[in-house]
Amino acid sequence: MIPPRVEYAAPDSVAEAVSVLAEAGEDAKVLAGGQSLLPVLRLRMAYPSVLVDLGRIDGLRGVRDEGASIVVGGMTRHSDVIDDPLVRRHAALLAAATATVADPQVRHRGTFGGALAHADPAGDLPAVAVALDAEMVAEGPGGRRTIPASEFFLDYLQTALDPGEILCEVRIPKLDDGWSAHYEKFSRTAQAWAVVGVAAAVRRSNGTIAEARVGLTNMSTTPVRARGVEAALTGKPADAATVAEAAMHAGEGANPPSDLGGQADYRSHLATVLTRRALSRAAHIG
Amino acid sequence: MVAVTMMVDGVACSDEVEPRLLLAHYLRDRLGRVGTPIGCDTTNCGACTVLLDGESVKSCSVLAVQAHGAAITTIQGLAGDGAWHPLQRAFHDNHGLQCGYCTPGMILAAVDLLRRNPDPTEEEIRIGLEGNLCRCTGYVNIVRSVRAAALEMRESATSGVGR
Repeated sequence: MIPPRVEYAAPDSVAEAVSVLAEAGEDAKVLAGGQSLLPVLRLRMAYPSVLVDLGRIDGLRGVRDEGASIVVGGMTRHSDVIDDPLVRRHAALLAAATATVADPQVRHRGTFGGALAHADPAGDLPAVAVALDAEMVAEGPGGRRTIPASEFFLDYLQTALDPGEILCEVRIPKLDDGWSAHYEKFSRTAQAWAVVGVAAAVRRSNGTIAEARVGLTNMSTTPVRARGVEAALTGKPADAATVAEAAMHAGEGANPPSDLGGQADYRSHLATVLTRRALSRAAHIG
Repeated sequence: MVAVTMMVDGVACSDEVEPRLLLAHYLRDRLGRVGTPIGCDTTNCGACTVLLDGESVKSCSVLAVQAHGAAITTIQGLAGDGAWHPLQRAFHDNHGLQCGYCTPGMILAAVDLLRRNPDPTEEEIRIGLEGNLCRCTGYVNIVRSVRAAALEMRESATSGVGR
């Protein structure tokens, strides 16, 4: 299948990309790694006028240390995120979840920023972003602004980014001493999208769970922060009974889809099972 | 039209291409390198896998213009000096192919896997090749082939012969 005719621009700076986008108008589409966009174009599900390829902007790649946070460039590829020492040390949940994205070939092209801006509810990384309280740094004609993850994902494939804005980098507060993490994903075949996924990070202290972060993949049109699960864990003994009880709250506030991957009630049940598994692995219980 | 230049199997190629041209179509239709098959067109099957600057990618999911300046290796460029790559030989010796359609992608994905992990377990091979589908379901011999090649490549590396 052949994508529709389209113009192409490959700016070498963010400023140039922003001005190309502004000129092109709202039918322009930003091309990051292309691992979702190119399949969409081949299936003729979109007809953009111009692709603005961010692949030539070196400054959008890489991870840096900013004290209390790490900053991941939007064009950092999944394969580089997985191997990055700063990510592994300070955002282990991101490394764990990214390692489950699609397959090695896709991870060599697909990017962190692209996955977030695409905002597919079945994608693994939006749930991680909300669980880690990430902040999206976007640049548009009006300059730069920061959008908390909790306000970034608006609806199915919809984000708070304006059409003229580019997601430049993502700031992730460090979770260091005592924190451990796990991403539990259920899919029906190799490389398939998650039917449901659970991103969990916990901080153990003196036999109790001092803090917990839980995000759910594909349990709504946007990633879900499982606050009920987190509240049920905080300050409780780090044991199997605590985890089992907390996991029962996983469906709260969720609005899971019914599709070929599973019906809503099945997903709600699956979320409790996977939350229990994710927390057990993250907290080294059982 | 956009000007692109890239190395394909060691040969410098310069062309004017439409932005929408997929790398897979560029390789097959413009360069005649039909050793790279297209199996699914949905980024699932991995048959069209090539190496882009040494890393496996699905060439149906890369635009030719995105590969500007890159070095591409297809299955047709893998053998050196008339000698098959150890993975090519291992797939032959271990019946790692049935219809053969997935084989170029399997072999190139395995090249990438062994670059990152020279001594993978069976499970690591199965996970490492999860981006490649064999519609004949000949996975047992594919895994056997990759293990055999990995062993040979490790032995030749330690003996100082070849890579």
